[in-house]
Amino acid sequence: MPERTIRVMVAKPGLDGHDRGARILARCFRDAGFEVVYTGCHQTPEQIAAAAVQEDVDLVGLSCLSGAHRALFPRVVELLREKGAADITVIGGGIIPEQDIPLLREAGIKAVFTPGASLESIVEWINSNIKPH
Amino acid sequence: MDATIKKICAGDVRMASRLIRDIEDKIPEAKAKIKKLYAHTGKSFIIGITGAPGAGKSTLTDALIEQLRKKNKTVGVLAVDPTSPFTGGAILGDRIRMQRHAEDAGVFVRSLATRGALGGLSQSVGNAIHVMEAMGKDIIIVETVGIGQQEIDIINHAHSVAVVLVPGMGDEIQTMKAGLMEIADVFVINKANRAGAMQLHTELEGMLNLSSKATDGWKPPVVMVGDAFEPQTFAADTAALTNKIEEHQLYLQESGKLTERMHRKAMTEIHDALRDSLFEPIVNSLTTSGEMKRFAEKIKNRKTDPYTVAEEIAQRFFKHQEEK
Repeated sequence: MPERTIRVMVAKPGLDGHDRGARILARCFRDAGFEVVYTGCHQTPEQIAAAAVQEDVDLVGLSCLSGAHRALFPRVVELLREKGAADITVIGGGIIPEQDIPLLREAGIKAVFTPGASLESIVEWINSNIKPH
Repeated sequence: MDATIKKICAGDVRMASRLIRDIEDKIPEAKAKIKKLYAHTGKSFIIGITGAPGAGKSTLTDALIEQLRKKNKTVGVLAVDPTSPFTGGAILGDRIRMQRHAEDAGVFVRSLATRGALGGLSQSVGNAIHVMEAMGKDIIIVETVGIGQQEIDIINHAHSVAVVLVPGMGDEIQTMKAGLMEIADVFVINKANRAGAMQLHTELEGMLNLSSKATDGWKPPVVMVGDAFEPQTFAADTAALTNKIEEHQLYLQESGKLTERMHRKAMTEIHDALRDSLFEPIVNSLTTSGEMKRFAEKIKNRKTDPYTVAEEIAQRFFKHQEEK
């Protein structure tokens, strides 16, 4: 059986133009052998979910530094479920206070990475948790 | 009808994108699906957009989507970006320019990585086009990887090819060269607000006047497209580009050239299918069995030569086929 290539999408929801981190991650995912769809800044959850389905990604990585993660991250998960794409894993990262993490996890965000998380640890998480369909 | 095929023909994006993924990952069942899908394909008009990295292909594709949607056409986009030869990874960044259409049900944008193909496209592009055709897209835009002078596989897949140039990339001799400069049905001088655009226009016109295409009924027009950050003029320029492509479509239909192109496309598909059905299985089986390594070793030590090896493999394979 041929081996599947992992496809991931890196997206920045909401009014947040700070995409240095997202770009570094996209590059790092490329170097880890993933195909990385990058959608750019200022995306609505609707745009992100639609793009994830069109691109048939295994994983959506959301980056948010504006503080709106509590509203935006869960909405992406919700929209993917509505589109019958609940199998697409959603993870998130950015400036996220410790106390918000349980709320996000409960909303279906499978992992949350905060400042200080190493690039290797994120790639490793993907490699051990994402089985391309 | 197969449930997946039925869904794809009804326009189901998830099923379609899944099948494209299976094609890319060379899952054997995908081939069977394409066989079933094939009768529902071939009705879309395929536009190719090609040119150097950063020439503005994605931005123009986005503008074309907008123009075509105004005319109530449904649009599929296949945007190709390069795969790393070292890690197999890729940054697929074309859709950044097209995200405003993400929620439009009449637009389906799918990014593809080249995965080793060298002609400016991906091996899967032909079948990915078929999936979008089966979905009933009126127009399919194929945006190539950023290319140089001779990655011109796009001519085997598109009905109408727009070559995107920018000013300042060299002198007149560049326009005389074979390859890329010969394949355009429409030339775009993008970023035409920049210095050198008029000179490039003159050089292109000079080249085109000598081209056999000029006497063939279709002299490729040269469309100037200015600053994408000036919304009004940019919209007017890209509307003109859309019109030129539509004129070319009409020309192809009326002159009978469309049939010629579809014939060429069919031949490419046979080539591709032979590669998938003959060449790749042989190479794969030799690699898995370890024979490839042994042959390479023998050739390296000059115990044999590549042609003898190839003949031996071919004889063995065809004998095996006959026995079957």
